[in-house]
Amino acid sequence: MYQRKTEAHLYWLAGGLAALGFGLFLFKLLALQYPLAAQQQSALWDIEVKASFLADGGPAKLSLYIPKDTRRFQLVDENFVSVGYGLATSRPEPNRQVTWSVRRAKGQEVLFYRATVRAISSASEPEAGERPEVIEPELSELQRQAMETLVAAINAESADVATMVSLLIAKLNAPEPSQEVSLLLREERGGKARIRVAVKVMRFMGIPARLAQGVQLKTLSRKVPQVAWFQVYDGRLWRSFNPETGEAWVPDDYFTWWRGEHPIASLTGGSRLQIEIATTMHTESALSGAGARAVALAPGMSLISLAALPIDTQVVYRILLMVPLGIFVLVLLRNLVGIKTFGTFMPVLIALAFRETQLLWGVMLFCVIVSLGLAIRFYLEHLKLLLVPRLAAVVVIVVMLMTLITMVSQRMGLPQGLSIALFPMVIITMTIERMSIVWDERGAAEALSQAMGSLAVAAIAYLVMNEPHMEHLVFVFPELLLVLLAVILLLGRYSGYRLLELKRFKALVGGK
Amino acid sequence: MLRRWLALKRAGVLGLNARNARYTLAFNPRRLLPQVDDKLTTKQLANAANIAVPRCYGVIEEEHEIAAVHQLLAEHQDFVVKPAQGSGGDGILVFTGQAKGSYRKIGGELVSHSALEHHLSNILSGMYSLGGQQDKAIIEYRVKFDPVFEAISYQGVPDVRIIVFLGVPVMAMVRLPTRQSDGKANLHQGAIGAGIDMATGRTLRAVWHNEVIEEHPDTGSPVNGVAIPAWDQLLDIAARCYELTGLGYQGVDMVLDRDLGPLMLELNARPGLNIQIANQAGLVPRLDAAEAAASGLPDVAARVRFAKDQFGVGLSLADLQGA
Repeated sequence: MYQRKTEAHLYWLAGGLAALGFGLFLFKLLALQYPLAAQQQSALWDIEVKASFLADGGPAKLSLYIPKDTRRFQLVDENFVSVGYGLATSRPEPNRQVTWSVRRAKGQEVLFYRATVRAISSASEPEAGERPEVIEPELSELQRQAMETLVAAINAESADVATMVSLLIAKLNAPEPSQEVSLLLREERGGKARIRVAVKVMRFMGIPARLAQGVQLKTLSRKVPQVAWFQVYDGRLWRSFNPETGEAWVPDDYFTWWRGEHPIASLTGGSRLQIEIATTMHTESALSGAGARAVALAPGMSLISLAALPIDTQVVYRILLMVPLGIFVLVLLRNLVGIKTFGTFMPVLIALAFRETQLLWGVMLFCVIVSLGLAIRFYLEHLKLLLVPRLAAVVVIVVMLMTLITMVSQRMGLPQGLSIALFPMVIITMTIERMSIVWDERGAAEALSQAMGSLAVAAIAYLVMNEPHMEHLVFVFPELLLVLLAVILLLGRYSGYRLLELKRFKALVGGK
Repeated sequence: MLRRWLALKRAGVLGLNARNARYTLAFNPRRLLPQVDDKLTTKQLANAANIAVPRCYGVIEEEHEIAAVHQLLAEHQDFVVKPAQGSGGDGILVFTGQAKGSYRKIGGELVSHSALEHHLSNILSGMYSLGGQQDKAIIEYRVKFDPVFEAISYQGVPDVRIIVFLGVPVMAMVRLPTRQSDGKANLHQGAIGAGIDMATGRTLRAVWHNEVIEEHPDTGSPVNGVAIPAWDQLLDIAARCYELTGLGYQGVDMVLDRDLGPLMLELNARPGLNIQIANQAGLVPRLDAAEAAASGLPDVAARVRFAKDQFGVGLSLADLQGA
């Protein structure tokens, strides 16, 4: 009797949740016209710069380079978030700069700059401009001699500016550089030495050249690294050159932000300046239209739209919202199929790590680290350590193994190995511990089969969680999670057989 | 696949999801579980209710008590060390003697004093308990099994598992250790499971690794048709465990001691489903029958009688041996 009642209750609850979820979904889809699929070729990018520093207590001033229109990208919108700060933008050619200043600031300060840019044409060179005056670099006598030798060698072998540049870059990047090149490189301090030397050499020859800096626009990136490349003026346009290869080409998504050797920001009156750049593709262009409709038609609706959040928070939620899907897959595989895993949610956490490492590498790295860890764990067994120190020792060893693998793969030129640091090390440790106990008590076969099961579940969860359509759907329609919740609740009362039980109980029905 | 699904359904085979949803979650309230999760508590309850259990020699609760264990063990040749909250037989060590500074495990392997201390420390720190919580180590009487099992078990102690639903014993099996199971009575690890006819207490067909077998793989003796001694007493103990804990669905594990007769080892609030394989029968029809009749069965004796009447397979010894 009591069971009937709970069951009815459950069905009502699940039905209600599903109806609510679907209702909101349909309303947003039909009335507010939120886009069902992500636009593949969206041309809008949101860029956010977060500048944080520790103010000394007195006046503080922060200058930050900001983008301007180029032939490739057009600045659509920008805004500054800086409560209490005075704000001035200026155009120190060929750049744009914003200067925030305050009379008195103490402690942690955070300033934001946000811009939306549209990619207008990808093929052309980023910038045109008038011929700038060539400032001849200041050189010591020794450098001048080296420079002359180098220029003579380049001039002798090249026909035009393009071949000149590629020859120069080849010489600068040579594994065993010539004497004069190493001399010039030695004198340069700081990063981007090769580009700076290249700039000097071109200027020495009377050709305008400069360092261009910016970012590579990528979807879903919270900490976009800054990139630098080399530009040479050909009389009309600034031609870009790849500083590694010397090719007269840089990728379409290189976004020129500022030019020159200076860092992106400079600060007075504070310390520990940190600049974080986040970019995201503006898939919400149709979404923002829908958002505007939502404000007009149903003011409460925009409250549950994630597009209103700051970009770097959005990036977090894009990932976070996929976790329930991974969990759902796990529930299906455990309760409907009957796969055994180590730890209830361990496979989902591993699947999250796979997002960064990619599947194949993720599986390989996982196997490597777990088997190495297991081998060491078996050795530790001989030492008869107490449980907690033993677990602690395994954590330390796992961390060291991760470091080692990273270093080895760096040596071998396998960048994928670097992402091993993203594996949740405590989870790995518990996996190793559980696996070794199962190994001891139930035998190797059982331990390996559970490990395989965990890995298979992680791989499947990864594939589902990394499906771009799913990601878009859940991000734009988070209410669909209510439907998912309803299904999970119903699965909580599922009492049918698990698929693997059909095999297990084969003997009971004279198994065919 | 669908055909097999339907065939299992027809045979009344209970799956893990159904066991959890319909039986353990519904009939075993969480507040009652601590009684069976901790074997020490179960032992104390059983003592109070006059159900025989293996005598407890001592309990180690704190790390500093470990050093004194050898003193405690000085007067015992035979003993068993087990975690109070262990499951599936993990962490249990069986000793049969002592020899100059070492303990002899049942297989003859010697265990040094410090190795035993390490094992005790592992138990205390929760290596074998659910969720890794602090645990206690129990040191108790080692069961000397009844001679009837001598021919059909290898080293370890065979145990009898009876599933009791609402106080009615519904299905039973005996688990026989083999060389492969390393003396452990665990079907996963290669022990033999033999179903028991509820009416007569004789073993039915036996199953080893999901295959029906007739002889013990190590001893060669027939495993079917063996009469379990003190069958009525075993049924009686099992049925009484319902009043003991109040758990509606439980597995009662018992052993037969040569000198002391049936002893209750432990209770299990989530008993496994392999018993169906050992019996070549599904649990669902019996559970349904027990549920329908339970309210009309006033006492332990009535419930045992019901079980013997309803759940016997009605095969004679000759039938079995001919099978």
